[in-house]
Amino acid sequence: MGLFNAVGNYFRDSQVWGSIFRHGVPRDRRTRAMAILSNVFLHLHPVAVRKSGIRLSFTWCMGGLTFFLFIAETISGVLLMFYYRPVVEYAYTDIVGLRAHVTLGLLREIHRWGAHAMVIAIWLHMLRVFLTGSYKPPREFNWGVGVILLTLTLLLSFTGYLLPWDQLAIWAITVGSNMARATPFAGHEGPGAALLQVGGVPLIHGGSDARFLLLGGTVVGPGALLRFYVLHCIFIPVVVSVLIAVHFWRVRKDGGISGPL
Amino acid sequence: MIDTYWQLLASAEGGHSDGLIDRLKSTIDYLCAPEYFVTLTTLLLIVALLTYKIWTKPKVAGLIFAAFTFFYVASMFDEDFFKIIKKPDNVPITMMIYFTGFCTWLGFRQAAINDDRMKRGEPLLESGADDKVLVWPDLVYTELIALVLCTAFLVVWAIVLKAPLEPPANPTNIPNPSKAPWYFLGLQELLVYFDPWIAGVLLPGLIIVGLIALPYIDKNPRGNGYYTLRERPFVISVFMFGFVIMWCVLIVLGTFLRGPNWNLFGPFETWDPHRPAALLNINVSDVFWVVLPERLALSWWKPGLPDQPFLFLPAYLVREAPGLVLVGGYFFVLPVFLAQTVFRRIYREIGFVRYCVFWLLLSWMFIVPIKMVLRWLFNMKYFVAITEFFFNI
Ligand code: HEM
Repeated sequence: MGLFNAVGNYFRDSQVWGSIFRHGVPRDRRTRAMAILSNVFLHLHPVAVRKSGIRLSFTWCMGGLTFFLFIAETISGVLLMFYYRPVVEYAYTDIVGLRAHVTLGLLREIHRWGAHAMVIAIWLHMLRVFLTGSYKPPREFNWGVGVILLTLTLLLSFTGYLLPWDQLAIWAITVGSNMARATPFAGHEGPGAALLQVGGVPLIHGGSDARFLLLGGTVVGPGALLRFYVLHCIFIPVVVSVLIAVHFWRVRKDGGISGPL
Repeated sequence: MIDTYWQLLASAEGGHSDGLIDRLKSTIDYLCAPEYFVTLTTLLLIVALLTYKIWTKPKVAGLIFAAFTFFYVASMFDEDFFKIIKKPDNVPITMMIYFTGFCTWLGFRQAAINDDRMKRGEPLLESGADDKVLVWPDLVYTELIALVLCTAFLVVWAIVLKAPLEPPANPTNIPNPSKAPWYFLGLQELLVYFDPWIAGVLLPGLIIVGLIALPYIDKNPRGNGYYTLRERPFVISVFMFGFVIMWCVLIVLGTFLRGPNWNLFGPFETWDPHRPAALLNINVSDVFWVVLPERLALSWWKPGLPDQPFLFLPAYLVREAPGLVLVGGYFFVLPVFLAQTVFRRIYREIGFVRYCVFWLLLSWMFIVPIKMVLRWLFNMKYFVAITEFFFNI
């Protein structure tokens, strides 16, 4: 033990350690506050919180788990991007190769099950926020941010579903994206679309409607694969990251975890 | 691995068919038709909301949990049920059922305790605003443990269950049934009752808008920041109906019970691709212009759909007039009536504009079960069917 402490003290007294952590070991009130305040990540938290707010039975830690899962998805997703090319010729074989050749080939499993878990976790987070009435003033806006996050999470899952380019993927996305065909006014089989025409020429047809915009084609093909890839790997994650930042910021600005007055 | 395990168990059973179990299975299959499945789960939810102080007691809840698990595990010995449930992408649904069940219990348990305490004038579970604890160590460590457990859970899941990979995409080979990802199966189920512009565009849009609007419509200041049911029974009941029945139950229905041609199959039935598709459905206009005059047999009212314009009304509007009146009454007259009766207090509390939004959302939410019931009872297809413009409700 003595040796252990000696080594520990040696490192903690060194200039390197002191330059990273600008406070002593968090043992008393002051250093514990410092631990939170002087760390860019930890200072998402306030220094002190209501006791009831951090009880596991109150928050179920579901917001936190959703966030952890998002990070796990980001990391495993980046690793998957090393092996995957979003073109019809390669997509499927890249996934097969990933299975067969990559050491500790759990990447795809972690990414896929993590996505499912995130979908479940975010619903349960919403359920707990609802059941505790935490959407009531002053947290109305943050609830709204949350709803957008929920929508984007589902879209993230949905766009990712296509990427393996197997039968499961293409038909699930076909079923899902067929809905866009029926968008009122903007889909060529939607109500009102027939009214939009110039001199008898319809403006909205299979090659110009909402579904075409989504798929980059009239069927789920190479265009759709590329679009879903870009949405899945870049656009939606960036928007989600920004909104999560807003969400956390507002949790604090709205007075921290809710509780009875 | 799971496959061989199951085969072992199944063969251990010895292939003898037990008459009682078979009868039980066919009863359950029968009760899983949507008209019973959705109705029964809705009744169950209502009972659960009314008796939340009883079933949330740990002993009772534990018993329910054990009984359900017994049923679920026993069901796995059925080949057809097991085939569905072991699909890798369906495993999350089992998790959804258990986690949602557990979390609902956890929430309502605390609501029951709080409601009792409030009645007795005692402080709530969450009371004590001045009780502050430092984030380091209390919160940071909790988060760390949650992170570690969550990671472990995910890694174990990833080791045990391989991610599925089917044959390469083939645009000419359409699987039957074609299912959306599981979290959208509730919406896909709505396609049975509504055209895609309602099931796939309008209703999802209204769910999003409705959720965002919720805090601005619910003006009840009580129940902010603690679990309770007594202080906000209406909002919680409506939300739970939407979340549990219209979302989770429909997902379960879509996953476990929908087979080839989107026909309904009991959980213990084999998916037979040759079963004929559903029968003919009729519209409100058929009922009014054909069925009704036939039944009444009046000399001046001959059965037949009108195909002539009337004054300035095109033929399709004449034909659909009965349905339009019904729908118009539901959306625009009923709320006026309700505002003076059942929703009187709500109307007084939230005012005109909020009430309009409230009704827009509530009416669309409840048109789903209304149409389901009409379909089950009368095979009703559309209230309004202006197929000329893809405008069918
Ligand atoms: C990517 C998705 C999301 C993440 C990472 C996230 C994360 C969090 C975290 C960490 C908290 C702190 C308390 C807790 O853990 O419960 C929180 C609070 C909150 N979340 Fe979320 N959330 C997400 C989605 C949502 C959704 C879908 C909703 C609602 C529709 C929502 C509404 C709220 C509200 C109103 C609070 C404040 C609750 C209170 O003060 O008690 N969030 N969120």
